[in-house]
Amino acid sequence: MDILTWGHSPWGERILAHISWNLFWASLFAGIVFFVAHASYMVLSAHRKRSAAETDALEIEHRDLPPQIVRHSLAARLFHWVMAGAMFVLLFTAFLPVAGIKFPWVTWHWMAGLVMAGSILFHIIHASVWLDFWSIWVGPKDIPEFRAEILRELGHDVPGPKPGKYPLGNRLYHMAIVLAGLAVVISGITMMVRVRTPFFTRNPYLLRDTTWGLVYVTHGLAGVALVGLVIAHVYFAVRPEKWWITKSMLLGWITRRQYLEHHDPHRWAVESIAAKAEAQRSGQ
Amino acid sequence: MAVIHDVMPSFGLYQPASVADALNLLDRHGRDAWILAGGLDSFDWLKDRIKRPKAVVDLSGISELQGIRESGDGLEIGAMTTLTEVVRHPAVRERYSLLLEAAEHAASPQIRNQGTIGGNVSQDTRCWYYRTGWFCYRAGGNICYADTPTAMNREHAILGADRCVAVNPSDTAPALIALDASMVVRSKSGERVVPAEEYFIGPGTDITRMTILQPGDLLTAIRIPGTWGGARFYFEKVRDRNVWDFALVSVASAMSGNGETIERVRIAVNGVAARPLRLRAVEDAVRGKARSEETAKLAGDLAIQGALPLQHNAYKVPLMRNLVKRAIRGAEGA
Repeated sequence: MDILTWGHSPWGERILAHISWNLFWASLFAGIVFFVAHASYMVLSAHRKRSAAETDALEIEHRDLPPQIVRHSLAARLFHWVMAGAMFVLLFTAFLPVAGIKFPWVTWHWMAGLVMAGSILFHIIHASVWLDFWSIWVGPKDIPEFRAEILRELGHDVPGPKPGKYPLGNRLYHMAIVLAGLAVVISGITMMVRVRTPFFTRNPYLLRDTTWGLVYVTHGLAGVALVGLVIAHVYFAVRPEKWWITKSMLLGWITRRQYLEHHDPHRWAVESIAAKAEAQRSGQ
Repeated sequence: MAVIHDVMPSFGLYQPASVADALNLLDRHGRDAWILAGGLDSFDWLKDRIKRPKAVVDLSGISELQGIRESGDGLEIGAMTTLTEVVRHPAVRERYSLLLEAAEHAASPQIRNQGTIGGNVSQDTRCWYYRTGWFCYRAGGNICYADTPTAMNREHAILGADRCVAVNPSDTAPALIALDASMVVRSKSGERVVPAEEYFIGPGTDITRMTILQPGDLLTAIRIPGTWGGARFYFEKVRDRNVWDFALVSVASAMSGNGETIERVRIAVNGVAARPLRLRAVEDAVRGKARSEETAKLAGDLAIQGALPLQHNAYKVPLMRNLVKRAIRGAEGA
């Protein structure tokens, strides 16, 4: 199976052109195989949330928490859904023609790309200034949680750490989407210099042929990676045991019980009703 | 990328005697197959060694693809009918002089004796960057060498460019669109009949093809309905040399009306985009109006809406406008 396609420059040099579309089919296949395999496995897998008795006890302990706990602000939800819309337009306009459904796709593609780039820029600023920036990232501190999660997946009853605001899978996915998303956006905006848009004066000679090849290959690789990532994301979003997370991306909040069932209150601290009232009284 | 006009690279030559056999061959060889009609476009590609098919399917021995037949109130022209046969056919001369004129303007008598109408509408673009083997979008690359700050693009597109700025070179294509012709395309999976207007595609839809033909497809015939038989026609082709050359811009129109009032009209241009363009906005604007200088001016101005010339082809904008004016008002009106 070819992975890359090569051509030649006017001077006879061998240059990269773009990825082979075989990779698109490979990514699509991998995404589908993953969700079939995972769905089959989940039929037999152990529950990963706290037991009902443990959660009941925690509810008594944390009865001063509000009944609805804000998980995603309106701005965060708007970003998510705008980006999701742009992502689907990008994937469909990029890959439907590859799959044989031909239509003039380029203008729709770069317009959706600009929407996605704008939404990512907004998200970076919003997350840096108004959100807990580090809560979504993974690092060495997460190794115990990673170990505990793996053991739970294998059916062991492990008392190890629960996630903070975002489950480990969520954070790993975010890492992958950041890498693929930034690669596809940066390469895509560079490629816009080669097509007619109101934003740039076309200049196909901005970069050397070999560099352009790398830009196209980067865009292609990130694009096909996003096919698999989006399939996985949609799959988890519609899984029954994950529906509470998806619902929170629509409504913005989760219930107190869901919070206590799935999260570690020490790693994601939520203000109690009394503390909030006190803060309001003191004008904070 | 070398241009070597010597012997062709080796390939398997297949000479089927029926459409069914041809379709079997095209299906078997898929993307490796090359359809050979009159050979005038094909032999350039093969001798220049830019295209290197493994199998060449020569259609010249298939009698069912040849000749012109009366079909209902119109005509069915086999795809392998030569342009000379089209020009000389009595029904074409009597009722479809628009096609006669277009076919007669193609190349030279010798080429028309050999070239077929199927080949004429399915031929590849003449963009020399592409034809000399530059690895451009149309050849599978990621650049249009004709649309760069230093490109030679006098013959290229002013409309409908989408990364690639090549133009369609067919003379008969705009005439067939104006006559509301249909293209009969067959493959192993069956037959489909598409309007001529939809037979041609631009780079936005598929940057490596000029028609809807996919590997395994074969254009077998062109059907011209009786709708426009005997209408008022106009065809004009402007080229660099008045002997034989490809069109810089061409226009074809079919019109009928009551006295000097335009009641029905179809108009198409070629040489300005990667596909021959039917000017629907112009048709809508002039329908119901008198064939006057004013209407012609309106049509010409509308036709060039959205034109975006390259460095060296701005002349095509007034050229197209004037040709459309003449198509509405007649040559004396421009």
